[in-house]
Amino acid sequence: MIDGPRLPAAYLMPGTSSFSDFLSEQAPDLLPSRRAVPQGHAGDLAPHGTTIVAATFPGGVVMAGDRRATMGNIIAQRDIQKVFPADEFSAVGIAGSAGLAVEMVRLFQTELEHYEKIEGSTLSMDGKANRLAALIRSNLGMAMQGLAVVPLFAGYDLNHEQGRIFSYDVTGGRYEETAFHSVGSGSLFARGSLKKLYRDDFTADQTVQAVVEALYDAADDDSATGGPDITRRIFPVVQVMTTDGGRRLPDDEVAAIADRVIAGRMNRPDGPAAPLEQGAN
Amino acid sequence: MSMPFYVSPEQLMKDRADFARKGIGRGRSVVAVQYADGVLFVSENPSQALHKVSEIYDRIAFAAVGRYNEFENLRIAGVRLADMRGYAYDRRDVTGRGLANAYAQTLGTIFSSGGEKPYEVEIFVAEIGDSPADDQIYRLTYDGQVADEHGYAVMGGQADTVAEYLGEHYREGAPLDEALRVAVGALGHTSSDNGGSQDRVIPTEDLEVAVLDRTRTQPRKFLRLRPNRLDTLLGERGPATHAEPEQLNAPESSSSGDEPPIAPPG
Repeated sequence: MIDGPRLPAAYLMPGTSSFSDFLSEQAPDLLPSRRAVPQGHAGDLAPHGTTIVAATFPGGVVMAGDRRATMGNIIAQRDIQKVFPADEFSAVGIAGSAGLAVEMVRLFQTELEHYEKIEGSTLSMDGKANRLAALIRSNLGMAMQGLAVVPLFAGYDLNHEQGRIFSYDVTGGRYEETAFHSVGSGSLFARGSLKKLYRDDFTADQTVQAVVEALYDAADDDSATGGPDITRRIFPVVQVMTTDGGRRLPDDEVAAIADRVIAGRMNRPDGPAAPLEQGAN
Repeated sequence: MSMPFYVSPEQLMKDRADFARKGIGRGRSVVAVQYADGVLFVSENPSQALHKVSEIYDRIAFAAVGRYNEFENLRIAGVRLADMRGYAYDRRDVTGRGLANAYAQTLGTIFSSGGEKPYEVEIFVAEIGDSPADDQIYRLTYDGQVADEHGYAVMGGQADTVAEYLGEHYREGAPLDEALRVAVGALGHTSSDNGGSQDRVIPTEDLEVAVLDRTRTQPRKFLRLRPNRLDTLLGERGPATHAEPEQLNAPESSSSGDEPPIAPPG
């Protein structure tokens, strides 16, 4: 941080256009990964975020997250936000240690904006995905002590003109996913649900409904994932990204979709049935 | 053994100021105009890559004239300062006043220290608020002086001529298209003292125009206006003529100890 009124010499130096690199030289204590954590398992000390789902459709990509954070058997927060816009055309959803993850998202958002302002152009989709991988890799020490952060990154790629999804592991491994993906404790159920529901010719609205169904299925079978809270009117955070940029769907729109999903489950609690192949009797 | 010449402090400062002013005077002008929805920046700058007007933060923009490598360094430092503040505290804690103060201290220290050559730059730092009354335009000169400007402000080579035109035609609270027409007209204006020649129509592809627009829905209010948008806003203006090339990097202005200019972005 700056002490005197004059800009420090390092600020005036031509050099890196990466904010996290600049931070690591000028204020390393602000980087989440530079903090020394004492030996032991810290995973049970702080809340965990749970399920994030993303799915592509022709012309864009949708990302959605449930609203629950848990600490052991306790629900730590009912309305936590786990899906964040990273920049105009991309979003990042977080599972794992909530506090660290939110801090990492803030760093990632600043990183992308900083590059854009200094260079006058945006990073490519792969460039953004790689920067996020670097941030996660630097968190490996914390991850081994139980403070793992596993994000899901999705966005509209203006060069390839399609929605793209990237998943990560705690070592910073970066994997591009096709069609749809999910991370977090309920991800197995959400992915199973999307396997049966997803079609690659969905419209944006149909994709939103499919991911809300998938989150419902995750909440149905995973105690750490929160379903739509109809008494408190708390619904998933849904971010839709297309060639026009990204936007978070307003709560009343998501509420309407969630109400439709719940109404369907009143008739069939397991959700829409996928048809069998023709010929099976 | 030769004695060094005595130079009085007054003379020393005057020489340094003359040096800086000469460098700035060679460049073309930049205009900042307050309009109904924010602040508009216009400059005549045929380069698409070397910007004179840039985004610093959500509601803060930067414009400069003079030596490109010097103001580019200041711009990058401003972006770093703003992002660092915003990350360490909160986005709302980044203010134009804080940034203008940091620039003023930096320019002032460099100007009065004997070791460094004074920066040949002049800067606008503008910040928009929730209403036109909260908008701020700070003008910083090569020696670190800060002036709080209202309505419109001009810096660069033909500042007096441009300001004279703006003084006659500027209207407070004007919509964007009117403010833009006045600003572009001012940049193409030629003083009647110099033989009374005709005002020039600047082609839209030679204009660098950006706004801080408080009506934008996203938190980042800075927006560059592209030539096709400018054509729509400006309407029919008659035949356009390009300007003479800028004399910014004339041999006399480049001294040997300078840092090399930064490569253009993108």
